[in-house]
Amino acid sequence: MELILDGFLQALRLVASLDAEVMTVTLLSLKVSCSATLASLLFGIPTGTLLALAHFPGRRLVVSLINTGMGLPPVVVGLFVTIFLWRNGPLGFLEILYTPSAMVLAQTVIATPIVAGITIASIQNLPANLKLQVLALGATRTQMVRILVREARLPLLAAVMAGFGGVISEVGASIMVGGNIKGQTRVLTTATVMESGKGNFDVAIALSLILLLLSFGVNFLLTVIQQRERPR
Amino acid sequence: MSIILQAENIRIRRGGVRVLDLPRFSIATNEKVAVVGPNGAGKSSLLLGLACLLQRESGTISFRGEPVSARGETAYRRKIAMVFQEPLLFDTTVLDNVAEGLRIRGTGRSEARDIARNSLELFKVGQLAGRSAHKLSGGEAQRVSLARAFAVKPELLLMDEPFSSLDLPTRIVLAEDLGRILHESGTAAIIATHDRIEALHIVDRLVVMDSGKIIQEGSPKEVMAQPANAFIAAFRRTTGAI
Repeated sequence: MELILDGFLQALRLVASLDAEVMTVTLLSLKVSCSATLASLLFGIPTGTLLALAHFPGRRLVVSLINTGMGLPPVVVGLFVTIFLWRNGPLGFLEILYTPSAMVLAQTVIATPIVAGITIASIQNLPANLKLQVLALGATRTQMVRILVREARLPLLAAVMAGFGGVISEVGASIMVGGNIKGQTRVLTTATVMESGKGNFDVAIALSLILLLLSFGVNFLLTVIQQRERPR
Repeated sequence: MSIILQAENIRIRRGGVRVLDLPRFSIATNEKVAVVGPNGAGKSSLLLGLACLLQRESGTISFRGEPVSARGETAYRRKIAMVFQEPLLFDTTVLDNVAEGLRIRGTGRSEARDIARNSLELFKVGQLAGRSAHKLSGGEAQRVSLARAFAVKPELLLMDEPFSSLDLPTRIVLAEDLGRILHESGTAAIIATHDRIEALHIVDRLVVMDSGKIIQEGSPKEVMAQPANAFIAAFRRTTGAI
């Protein structure tokens, strides 16, 4: 109990003193995870929408793969992204291994199936005839997709929350492709693992609390938007 | 009256079953047609087929004498409108719902909203303009849905059992209002129904469907005088006024 209390007090001290290292780690966490979430939205929403609306052979298999991908172990993603980005790997020419860019890439791979899977469910949950009604109003295919995505915007906010939640909290991929390099690729999760490994539980708890607050803050903001829009 | 829409040899299959087999069907400008028949008769498939919203096995649709090509389907649908059994309103305000069809056609926001207000007034729901469309009663929502269809000034209006989910008093009043608006505007309309009230107030011609085929058509009096099947005979018993 004393350990948790110390950790909590330490967290307050670190935040209140604007500790440079903690700030760097926190900002990098936000930067990497927000970039990955944004990228996953750019890939996941169109992919999910296409899969929800299109009919083609093998569609069920693709949807099943995406649903499986929603639970991708970060460490497996980290392993494969590392192999791809390794000097002799297919993407080795990018030379981004052990940089924040590699972490963004890995986290995007983790979040995209989450966003795509929730998008599929959101679009498919719209009333069955809504697509026909939009087309009957004279919409082109592009206009129809835009309107359907707009109609599914509230559940799609859940996709943003789930995507962000999935990447801000992951540690396996970030350590593998980022390397936890001080001042360069160290983020809250990797720093927490390192500090607890060193026995600095108070610092680890402090970093964990900051991570929780960060996650809560972003999700609270999105929840407020979602609930404000919700029909009563 | 000239023919506004003509369909020939339309065949549609859904889920492996032939749901529509229509050798010939047409509607004239200003004409109001009711399509009646039991559930599963093919009424909805007929309307969806005429709106080019279902893939056809065969057949052609011509609008004002011009065949509708696959590439021209969107342009064709911008000349007609369709109202479904459910109001299917968007999660926006009532006003923006009614303006949506115009916005889709590229009308400016302000102009679209002005036209939408007029259309809402036409259906006596102008006071709902600022409300969330998902907070309306069934009758209000269906009036808004009709206002949305009329806002684009369609040359042909297709309606698929638009009042079936409403209570009887609401249905009667709404059917009367719709009949009046259709006749005043001179809009051609096809309404699928198994409700005598809708047919009573709106129709010039009755088309009877069963198993995806038209089995009888004519003026309401002609059809009622010689009902083609048990469904129409039962329909006649509930349609004393015709």
